[in-house]
Parts: sequence; C-alpha cells; structure tokens
Amino acid sequence: MKRYLIPLAVFIVLVILLAAGLKNDPKYIPSPFIGKPAPEFDLPLLHQPQQQLKKADLMGQVWLLNVWASWCVSCRAEHEVVKRFVAMNIAPVYGLNYKDNPDDAKGWLNALGNPYKSSLMDIKGDVGIDWGVYGVPETFVIDKKGIVRYKQVGPLTNAIVDEKILPLLQTLNAEAD
Amino acid sequence: MVMKKLFLPLLVLLSLVSLSSQAAIDAYQFDDPEKEALYKKLVKELRCTVCQNQDIGDSNAGLAQDLRRKTYEMVSAGKDEDFVLDYMAQRYGDFVLYRPRLQSNTLLLWIGPFIILIVAVFLLLKFIRRSEDEIPLSETDREAAEQLLERDE
Repeated sequence: MKRYLIPLAVFIVLVILLAAGLKNDPKYIPSPFIGKPAPEFDLPLLHQPQQQLKKADLMGQVWLLNVWASWCVSCRAEHEVVKRFVAMNIAPVYGLNYKDNPDDAKGWLNALGNPYKSSLMDIKGDVGIDWGVYGVPETFVIDKKGIVRYKQVGPLTNAIVDEKILPLLQTLNAEAD
Repeated sequence: MVMKKLFLPLLVLLSLVSLSSQAAIDAYQFDDPEKEALYKKLVKELRCTVCQNQDIGDSNAGLAQDLRRKTYEMVSAGKDEDFVLDYMAQRYGDFVLYRPRLQSNTLLLWIGPFIILIVAVFLLLKFIRRSEDEIPLSETDREAAEQLLERDE
C-alpha cells in the first residue's frame, strides 16, 4: 500500500506547486528599490526647461513619481486616476516624462489636463534606466527620507489608489522627517 | 492528413519568426577587440525585461536598445563585466541576469540538482542492494511455480 501512496503524494504535491505557479504573473518583476534610497536625478522641467529639479529638492516630504509619455496608450487611461488622486490633495505627484517629444508631451497635458506639480524631461531615458523603468506607466511612492516605499508597474487604478496607496501615505505622512 | 498539409506552411512561418528575432543591429565601434567581445558577451547575459524570453542583444524593444547603449558606454569606458552586471541588477533586479549569481536566495537553485543526484544515487544503491539480498527460491517453491505455469498452458 505504502509504495503506491508515495508516488501519489509526490504527484499531488507537484500538482499543487504547479497550480500555484500558474497564478504567478510572469510580467511582475520585484523591484530592487523598495526600502532603498531613490535614485538620484537632476532633470529640466517640461514647462520651464531652463529650470532643473533634483532629488534633494524633494526631501522632507512624501511624494509620488509617475512615469508617463504621450506615446503611452495606457497612460491615457491612467490619467483620470492620477487627476482624481491629486484632487484629494494628500501628496504631490511629479511626472517623469519618459522618452518623449516635449511638444507632444505639452500637447498631451493641454488636452487631458495637468495634475503634476511639475514634469521632468527624460528624453534619452537615462533616468528611467536608473529607476529601473521597464513598463510605462510606472508609479513610485517616496517617503520623507527619500526612500522608495512602493512601486506600481502598469497603470494605477482607483482600486489600487484606495486600497494600497492611500493607506501607505497615511502611515508615511505620520512618520517623522 | 490535415497535419501534413499544414506542415510546410508552418515550417516556413517558423523560419520567418526565427529570422525576425535576429534583426536587432546597432553600429557600435570599439577601439579594442577585447571590449567588443565583452560587449557581445554581456548583451547575451542580460535579459530584456519587456520581452522576457529574449536577451537584450536579440531584442528590438526600445528598452533593450537603451540598455545596449548603456552597456556599450560602460564597456567603452573600460568597465569590467561585474560592473555592468551589478549596474543592471541594481536597477532591474537579479531577474535580468540570465545566469543567477551564487547568493543566499539562489543557493538551493545551484546546489539543488546535486542534492537530487545524491539522493537518487543513494536510493539506487539501496534498491540494487535489496535485490541482491533476495532469498533464492527454494526447491519446493520452484516446483509449485512450475506447476502453476503448466496449468495455465
């Protein structure tokens, strides 16, 4: 009896493991940045190109970085979610305009509305590489000490904002500087 | 029959697919053949995160092009293999390394096959030894068995 039960048990364990593996999203790559200092950047602003913004300027506050581009189709769908979030007035959202043409980008914001405190121009995509961006749109939450606390790959939805980002911001805003 | 009809078009289709995946070409100039060899090695070692079953050398995705450019810049500047791999892994995670490094969370991956091999050899030896130990058939048992076989015939 035992000699039949062992292969059966091995088979069942294998089926369970494989079934669990099917549920994993192969597109999801854990970010190496969570809990680590946000990468440095120093980029010109989309609307005032003579002005630069760097990471140190944003220390001491909780802020979000939303990577977007006018060529990115799902950014369009996400834009309403970003606007709704900004209207709540909980934390500023900075845009990283990734590998875009500045004129297209400005036109896009004119047409759809501009919820961003400011947008940074990353024309060559070098800062995108430093932030490990691979699927636009992406959104990062950075705490007062400049540590990345959350990363969303792909478009934000109202559900993600309500269930993940808002509770996280509540704890982060309560943290000391 | 249907399979036979489909076979040739499928073959042609597949050969087209494999041709298109070879299409990523950049014109990078190297001052040193060693650097060029390192570059070629690195773009085969790094996974493209957008197109996950391709290395960045094989992919036409925008990100793969950017990462090739980065790799080229670092290699031309004289950086070594570990520097480039570290640079990529810091930004995109260990996932981009096609050859996982030996570290605490990949230990099982590296030594697992050897553990399985040892267990398999152990079980095999045990099995062989047990079959050697089997008691030979006694004379009466053999007769009984022969009688049973004859009865069947």
